[in-house]
Amino acid sequence: MICILRAPGTNCDIETKFCVETFGIEAKIVHVNRFIEGKEKLNDYLGLIIPGGFSYGDRIRSGAILAKILTEKLKKDIKDFIKDEKPILGICNGFQVLVEAGMLPFSRKLAVSLALAENDSAKFEDRWVYLKNVNRGKCIYTKGIDVAFIPVAHKEGKIILPIGEEEKFLKKLIEEDQIVFRYAKNDGKPADGEYPYNPNGSFYDIAGICNEDGTIFGLMPHPERAFLGIHYPDWRLKSREWGDGYVIFKNMIDYIKKKGF
Amino acid sequence: MLVEVNGKGVYETIDIVNAGDEDLIKISRLRQLALNLDEMRKIKNYFQKLGRNPTDVELETIAQTWSEHCAHKTFKSTIIYEENGKREEVVLFKFIKDVTKELNYPWLFSVFEDNAGIVDFKDDYAIAFKVETHNHPSAIEPFGGAATGVGGVIRDILGVWGEPIACTNVLCFGNLDYSYTKLPKGIKHPKFIFTYVVAGIGSYGNNFGIPNVNGAIIFDEGYVGNPLVYCGCIGIVKKSRYARKIKAGDCILIVGGRTGRDGLHGVTFASTELSEDAEEVFYTAVQIGDPIEEEKIKRAVLAIRDKGLASGITDLGGGGLSSAICEQAHNYGLGAVVHLDRVHLKFENMKPWEIWISESQERMLIAVPKENLKEVCEILESEDVEFSNIGEFTGDKKIRIFFNGIKVAELDVDFLFDIPKRNLKAVYKPNRNLKEPKIKPKDDYSEDILNLIAMPNIASREPVVRTYDHEVKAMTIIKPYMVSPSDAAVLKPLYDSWQGIVVSNGINEYGKIDTYHMAASAIDEAIRNNIAVGGRRIALLDNFCWGSPENEENLAKLVRAAKACYEVAKAYGVPFISGKDSLYNESVLGSVNPTLLISALGIIPDVRKAVTSDFKESGSMIYILGTTRDELGGSQYYKMLGYLGKNVPKVYPDSAKRTFEKLTEAIDMGIVSACHDISDGGLAIALAEMCFSGIGAEISLERVPTDENLEDYKILFSESNSRFIVEVKEKYREEFEEVMKGSVFSLIGRTKKEKIVEIKGRNSRTVLEIKELKENWEKGLERYYEKNVE
Repeated sequence: MICILRAPGTNCDIETKFCVETFGIEAKIVHVNRFIEGKEKLNDYLGLIIPGGFSYGDRIRSGAILAKILTEKLKKDIKDFIKDEKPILGICNGFQVLVEAGMLPFSRKLAVSLALAENDSAKFEDRWVYLKNVNRGKCIYTKGIDVAFIPVAHKEGKIILPIGEEEKFLKKLIEEDQIVFRYAKNDGKPADGEYPYNPNGSFYDIAGICNEDGTIFGLMPHPERAFLGIHYPDWRLKSREWGDGYVIFKNMIDYIKKKGF
Repeated sequence: MLVEVNGKGVYETIDIVNAGDEDLIKISRLRQLALNLDEMRKIKNYFQKLGRNPTDVELETIAQTWSEHCAHKTFKSTIIYEENGKREEVVLFKFIKDVTKELNYPWLFSVFEDNAGIVDFKDDYAIAFKVETHNHPSAIEPFGGAATGVGGVIRDILGVWGEPIACTNVLCFGNLDYSYTKLPKGIKHPKFIFTYVVAGIGSYGNNFGIPNVNGAIIFDEGYVGNPLVYCGCIGIVKKSRYARKIKAGDCILIVGGRTGRDGLHGVTFASTELSEDAEEVFYTAVQIGDPIEEEKIKRAVLAIRDKGLASGITDLGGGGLSSAICEQAHNYGLGAVVHLDRVHLKFENMKPWEIWISESQERMLIAVPKENLKEVCEILESEDVEFSNIGEFTGDKKIRIFFNGIKVAELDVDFLFDIPKRNLKAVYKPNRNLKEPKIKPKDDYSEDILNLIAMPNIASREPVVRTYDHEVKAMTIIKPYMVSPSDAAVLKPLYDSWQGIVVSNGINEYGKIDTYHMAASAIDEAIRNNIAVGGRRIALLDNFCWGSPENEENLAKLVRAAKACYEVAKAYGVPFISGKDSLYNESVLGSVNPTLLISALGIIPDVRKAVTSDFKESGSMIYILGTTRDELGGSQYYKMLGYLGKNVPKVYPDSAKRTFEKLTEAIDMGIVSACHDISDGGLAIALAEMCFSGIGAEISLERVPTDENLEDYKILFSESNSRFIVEVKEKYREEFEEVMKGSVFSLIGRTKKEKIVEIKGRNSRTVLEIKELKENWEKGLERYYEKNVE
């Protein structure tokens, strides 16, 4: 069973559950309070998805409060989960949580090293973007994807690296094969910061990254909204049975099945 | 005027029993009760019989219950209506309700009775739809006003045990380039209102996690003093879990946000005209929203619903606890005992009457049988939702309110809901000063079309729509912007079914010429938008925004609009399921444009058969459906040229119905590649929008069916109702023409590879590049963001 974690303000949990269950594996939406109360055990689950939304109203910073709960109140469970190389997927607000919790990009120490800042447009924006998969094979979620077309819907999705050390930091991420998706033009060439291809001004057009093991993946775009062919804005022009989001969930489930946790 | 403070300073009594007429009026005004003399006299009589004076709590309860906002006195009163020297007695609400009653469809689950209209969907599932207005608060504090408008209408859906799945919003503002020097004191600039209303709607909906799927924005001088903010919400109801069975002894739970001083007198505020000092007088009337609180409540409410633990539910909206509890008691023939000191509060030292009528947001009232109380409390606690058990329903039809054990009110429910009727008179005077402009025909309309497509009322709303999450829940199959702009939204609410919901709206500015045809056209537009994507079995919602009905002319216009609602909806066989009126939209600039929003809710058996408006391939046939008439009165083309005109679009239900039915048939056969309704800007704009996919078009105006010989510009820009442009692949040509037989339609041209739009008229030839059209359309609204107005 896969855990879809929610907190007050989480709002993409039901459609995410639908995506997982399409592959014949059960998903359970669990309020974070149940883990804190000890009524639920993270260990009982094979994978963890932190879906989109506005957990705790994104007060303080996007994802910050839920992140603190994970790394303070559920620290041991989370550490074990990571150590076991069980997959953790953070979508939009879930990505913000993973970054705020220090679970991305380097999950060993749970130390915060990135931030997701306000979009350059200073607006919440819901729009479809092209994503180039630049991962060389570490990320378990994106195998088989070249250019994906998936919507973003956020106000704080601009990745910023430690100021003054951007290039060094970037180099390390590239070397370690932790960059997964880059915002791109429709031909797959990098957006190069150009709006609206890069919808938020993210550094190096980064849209999604994974941890050292490739088992934790965070991305701003919403794969659960590009799951069915008819989710696409041009579905009447171009027919698809499944969307690019389907592949991401399928890879996650395949990994779980293969590992046989 | 005697004000007696009780020993503990809990409440005041107001000397009304000995008050003369002048004093009564003074009491109503000073206490912001918004009651007239007749109503005050009725209160006086009641308390004279009881042999005592009312407390402040009692007086406030009556004022809330009898407010225009809650009681809809104008809509329920008998009006002596005069037109052409002929007199008749009419009731506005009857016009609307009668359509539904006479049609009496079996799929109508709950109409006009609950917080929202509910129609069947599939098996145990039904769809609830409600549209509200939040005009006054948005005029004063646009962000908070609009945000709580969204929050309020979502709670209307929770209030019928519905799971909110989508929002709609329709907005009317003054012109964005309105002169600052002309702006009267106390009125905020349209650009400010627009910016913050949009931000407020986006903020609430996005945070709550509900897609904003359909809407409209109108800019006109008539909305400078009174912006209009319509907020709609759609939800999924499980019919077997629609608990409506409150009985004496059931506990009254107030659930959600704490009660504060925000939103005092919201309903009486909404029932008065906006004055210059409205901001100071009514600063407490605007509420503060917290979408995350509401999201938690939603989870708890749905869990309580699914376990069948409660006997009733309603939202705390206008009038706060007072309206919610009194209305529930009235509906079930019960009374209630309420302990206000048990309500969880934001501030200490709130007076009982303040607690009782506060309109603090994110609160619901849930009635729970005692045996289920423990389990309900556990659910609420598990979602971090605060609540208080504040009393219980009783069998005696009396509302008794206590504060720390002291009784502060005791009212008979029957008296409270014996709402005074107003005697109203309306005399219709048609505007005789209207005339059609004389326009010199041109031999090339490319400049006109390029300017028209960039007009604020036609240009792309994408910069606004993108700030709303319209895809959360992953149900939005036809989104506001696909390849071309969409006529309606299509939702797929169930994971295991392809059946969909179709949502559209109709609204126009024809009310400046004639409110009958405005209403008729709004109904037609809402329906044809729905039909255009594949919707059917349509139900309507009406939302009137009007100036003061105490003005006989305003009221006469309202009667005409309501009449049209009856006649046109009846002719189309389309029922109303819910509605709301917001009257008293008055400012120093006068009455608001008489405006009627019609929202339409249809279904589609298979969302995969839904049709979008973009041309799909070159070489297809382009058809126009319906007759084009000399109907440019109130059109966007005339507006651009500075005219109003006279020949307002009318509705011809018989031929329109044929078009609708046959088009639906063609869509179901899968032979319609693209379909777009013709509305603002006429044929020219509809055709241009269909080309945004990069497929060009070539049409001949001489082939457009008209009822008389018309100049080219009239064919291009007329806004005649019930018309569509349809793309059909060549191979389906015969099939399509066979299906459409018996309706007015004509093959007017073909799509083509070249990325241009070519329009041949009798005396004109217009060639436009798609790229240029699209750029003008996309930048039409944006230019006002950047432009420095004076």
